[in-house]
Amino acid sequence: MLKAGSRLKSAVCDAEIMIIKIGESEDITCGGQPMADAPEKSDGNADQMHGCLIGKRYVNADESIEVLCVKSGDGSLYYEGDELMTKDTKKLPSSD
Amino acid sequence: MNIALFLQMAAEACPDRRALTHEGLHYTYAELYTAAERAAYHFATANVKFVALLDVSSPAVPIALMGAAMAGVPYVPLNYRLSEEQIAPLFERISPAYLIAGPRNENFEFDGWVVQDSADFLRNVLEGEATDVSWNEDPTAVAVQLFTSGTTGTPKAAILRHEHLVSYILGSVEFMGAMEDEAALVSVPPYHIAGISAVLSNIYACRQIVQLPNFDPQDWLQLCHDNAVTSAFVVPTMLTRIIEALNDGDSPSISIPSLRAIAYGGGKMPVPVIESALRLFPEVNFTNAYGLTETSSTITLLDPVDHRAAMDYDDAAVHARLGSVGKPLPSVDIEIRDEDGKLLGSWESGEIYVRGPQVSGEYEGRSVLDDDGWFPTRDAGYLDDHGYLFLSGRADDVIVRGGENLSPGEIEDLLHKHPAITDAAAVGMPSEEWGEVVALAVVEAKGQSISEDEIKAHIREHLRSSRVPEVIHFTSELPYNETGKLLRRVVRQWFIIEGD
Repeated sequence: MLKAGSRLKSAVCDAEIMIIKIGESEDITCGGQPMADAPEKSDGNADQMHGCLIGKRYVNADESIEVLCVKSGDGSLYYEGDELMTKDTKKLPSSD
Repeated sequence: MNIALFLQMAAEACPDRRALTHEGLHYTYAELYTAAERAAYHFATANVKFVALLDVSSPAVPIALMGAAMAGVPYVPLNYRLSEEQIAPLFERISPAYLIAGPRNENFEFDGWVVQDSADFLRNVLEGEATDVSWNEDPTAVAVQLFTSGTTGTPKAAILRHEHLVSYILGSVEFMGAMEDEAALVSVPPYHIAGISAVLSNIYACRQIVQLPNFDPQDWLQLCHDNAVTSAFVVPTMLTRIIEALNDGDSPSISIPSLRAIAYGGGKMPVPVIESALRLFPEVNFTNAYGLTETSSTITLLDPVDHRAAMDYDDAAVHARLGSVGKPLPSVDIEIRDEDGKLLGSWESGEIYVRGPQVSGEYEGRSVLDDDGWFPTRDAGYLDDHGYLFLSGRADDVIVRGGENLSPGEIEDLLHKHPAITDAAAVGMPSEEWGEVVALAVVEAKGQSISEDEIKAHIREHLRSSRVPEVIHFTSELPYNETGKLLRRVVRQWFIIEGD
């Protein structure tokens, strides 16, 4: 079962993500292929290769899923068929 | 969710960027990451319950913190200033441990422990074969255990789990948000929560850390100059001493044009000190951070814009914000409650409660969060109409005189602004008539003098008469611990002895 802290790899590129929050569905894909612990490499769907960037947080429209990209890749992230968008975080002055 | 992820990401995104500078030596993110992996291997195979560090800042600090995180062993930085007698009971609470220690007079040998000199530890982890470690991925695992300073008695062991620290960093720091030329000077000791958060924040921002193991104002200025430091965190006593050093005509003048930001926290900043700092560094962005060990560091911020606005505007309410700790972080909620737990409105003073994913509120297995997740900070304060938080001291420090609650901070703030006074501490002193009365310790400014009667008249003029001290003690300095916390119990002791 996927939960906060779970890490998933892309089957089509180098991308890796960490789950911050997830709903009941576990339908997460990268470049059109399901993400997993150690997925077998396969070809991506050319329409779903917009890339994902290390350090960015990705969410769906109702924020039922939130993931952190921990390794950049060429595939883009989808949850239940919807492409995830980067979440804007408020820029704070460094306090440490 | 493991805090070591931050270092892994930094090593992935910018492996060759400078991560750390210590005593003139530089380390990249890739080097730190490989070293942390080797450390994790040593920790995981040592069969210990804790990884303890008893030393000043060095590269061993981030490496042990991250290595322990990977291995799933709680990291416990200990106060290296404690005597053998003070440390012994703490050791009993973390046995068996992998202890990394600086040079000390005593020898440590315990059953089941691994005791290693810091220099040997560093040699072991900075060289050798790369090791493959399987990470602990439980977000509820304990990442850090910090013994509180114990200014009020036996040190409590505050527990911070990976999920708390990860929430704090993800919520407040932008990954790789720093430019390659940025460098943060870290002079807080490793056993302080600010020492932990400095490592995590700067690594996640990919900002170089420059370590200053023992704070000294001249060394601080010199390191800023030599390493083109762009930001620094200081506790109030450090800022006071830096300003003194800059104003001291006898010291060599050191210019630090690279410095762009100073964050401060860890104790109450006297308003005149921050005013001098703002005038002395007109180009620097100042940020006041308020937080506690139990909240994974910062929960409220007074940002650079608020600081400059307070200096530029004549509006009394805006200017007063210089004495505030600012507004809560986006993921943090703040409430002020009275002694019966009733929610208070703006301007009403009570105990500060805080809630959010970074708040642990837990001590050695005992959580003090209420059913709704609120943590009682034991700090007293109030909010203004715009949600700015003002601190008035520890809830336990409130002086109860004849049923009236007096805030020591109110009296001290007034006296800090007096030109003949550099520092002041108000504490409660037992009284048969009133239960407690105000006792005041005062440090006069260099070359100035002020009489007891003048102080009393000054307080009577600006505050209510119940605030006028019964006893005044003149002293050359007030007792602070090394991270700038006023030791009120020591001040209280002065008056108990004087009263006998």
